[in-house]
Amino acid sequence: MKCFACGKQATVHVTNVEPGGVKKELHLCQACAEKMHLIQKKQIHLPALVHALLGAHLGPAAEELSRLRCPACGISFLEFRQQGRLGCPYDYIAFRKGLYPLLERLHRRVEHRGKAPRRRFLNSEDQRQVIRWRQELIHAVAQEAFEEAARLRDCIRRKDFHL
Amino acid sequence: MRLDDLLHSTGEWLRGEGPESDVVVSTRVRLARNLADFPFPNRASALQCGEIESLLRERLQQLSETWQLTYWPLHRLSDLDRQFLVERQLISREHAHANGQRGVAIREGETISVMINEEDHLRMQAIRSGLQLDEAWREINRLDDELSERVCYAFSEEYGYLTACPTNVGTGMRASVLLHLPALTLTKQMEKLLRALQKMNLAVRGLYGEGTRASGDLYQISNQVTLGRSEEEILRSIRECVSDIVAWERNVRELLLREMRSGLLDRVHRSLGTLRSARMMSADETLELLSSVRLGVILGLLDDLTVPRVNALLLQTRPAHLQKIHGESLDSEEQDAVRARYLRAQLRHVQLN
Repeated sequence: MKCFACGKQATVHVTNVEPGGVKKELHLCQACAEKMHLIQKKQIHLPALVHALLGAHLGPAAEELSRLRCPACGISFLEFRQQGRLGCPYDYIAFRKGLYPLLERLHRRVEHRGKAPRRRFLNSEDQRQVIRWRQELIHAVAQEAFEEAARLRDCIRRKDFHL
Repeated sequence: MRLDDLLHSTGEWLRGEGPESDVVVSTRVRLARNLADFPFPNRASALQCGEIESLLRERLQQLSETWQLTYWPLHRLSDLDRQFLVERQLISREHAHANGQRGVAIREGETISVMINEEDHLRMQAIRSGLQLDEAWREINRLDDELSERVCYAFSEEYGYLTACPTNVGTGMRASVLLHLPALTLTKQMEKLLRALQKMNLAVRGLYGEGTRASGDLYQISNQVTLGRSEEEILRSIRECVSDIVAWERNVRELLLREMRSGLLDRVHRSLGTLRSARMMSADETLELLSSVRLGVILGLLDDLTVPRVNALLLQTRPAHLQKIHGESLDSEEQDAVRARYLRAQLRHVQLN
């Protein structure tokens, strides 16, 4: 097998099974895979691999997904793709469209079957709201808008979930 | 508990006991959890990380008496002390090298560690020597239940426990078993095994986690899938697979004893001889040589050593442990000399039979 990029012997093989079972394969040599940040020093670089797999399946929906931004923590879907790490729990709702196919590929079944916490958990609306307030609080403090900061602290305190 | 008190014991994972401990070194079950109302650590501001740390530290302190937990703020420990905790498998390398307010709570006997502000707000793990998946799971599950009554976790009915990386979402559980496979490695069966494990969606790593080389014939096997299966289903698939590997490794060991006894004896004694006489010894070479010695002890080829003794040497010759025992920091060449001297002193009285 030859490297897709330079024609040398390929040693890194990435197979991406798209929804519907269509397989896309990518064959690269060590050097080109490192250049594309798929692997670092013979290690698999997970965020970049997630990125490559995501990019491969996005296709026409790419533009729509590239506009997504989490209304709670403010991270964009593109930032997630670059870092391989989400910004906050609400991203699972905000990025649903892009995340669902990825979760399907990683885990096959996208349906939680394990345990649940004993205590009630937040509804997603409250969650979005509180994380949003926390991010606004950072800005308010940075801009020395202390009245606004105090108001936000009050809002957050009134919703204290960890009592 | 002081950190240096840990120095002269091996901790739970190297106790060298428990079921199948001739092949299985230790078992670990870790859970990833996050608070519902904060950004994940990588997105949280320094101030938010501080809030998360103090909130979780306080909740852990409420449990510290029944659970015998001691808390260490990592941002106040030296690099050497953090590396020391990595070598004992109590924190991850990422957690050691990260910035900002973070910490770890450790149970007496080192059977539990709870990391705060790692990749997720909470990473808690139970550790057992030998193959004890159910025991480790039961213990960490109980701690998780108790904590979940005191904080509000990020959880959704559909996706389960929500984590910073989508590879952990769902149960948030990673169960891993550390195997010592010298016979399969020696007979070049590992590639075959790795291929089979990949097909079963199980990951294989070296001793110190993601991206580390398998040195000393030590391999960590863990689940990759965390969503769409219950904790019990995940544990069952690992248990079944590990039982097969244990049986395979034992068969090959017996075969080697029967068919290549003198070659095996030579290998074991050469390794011990090198450890007893070398003047410069790297951490990696030590691991490799101790692997053969460990195999020799288990197969009854060396009478004067025990597995816990070999395990203790394995840990105490790691760079941070060695420097703490020596009492001062050393560059890598000095380390190699001090390590060789330490091994000579420790193995001086071992009888060669």
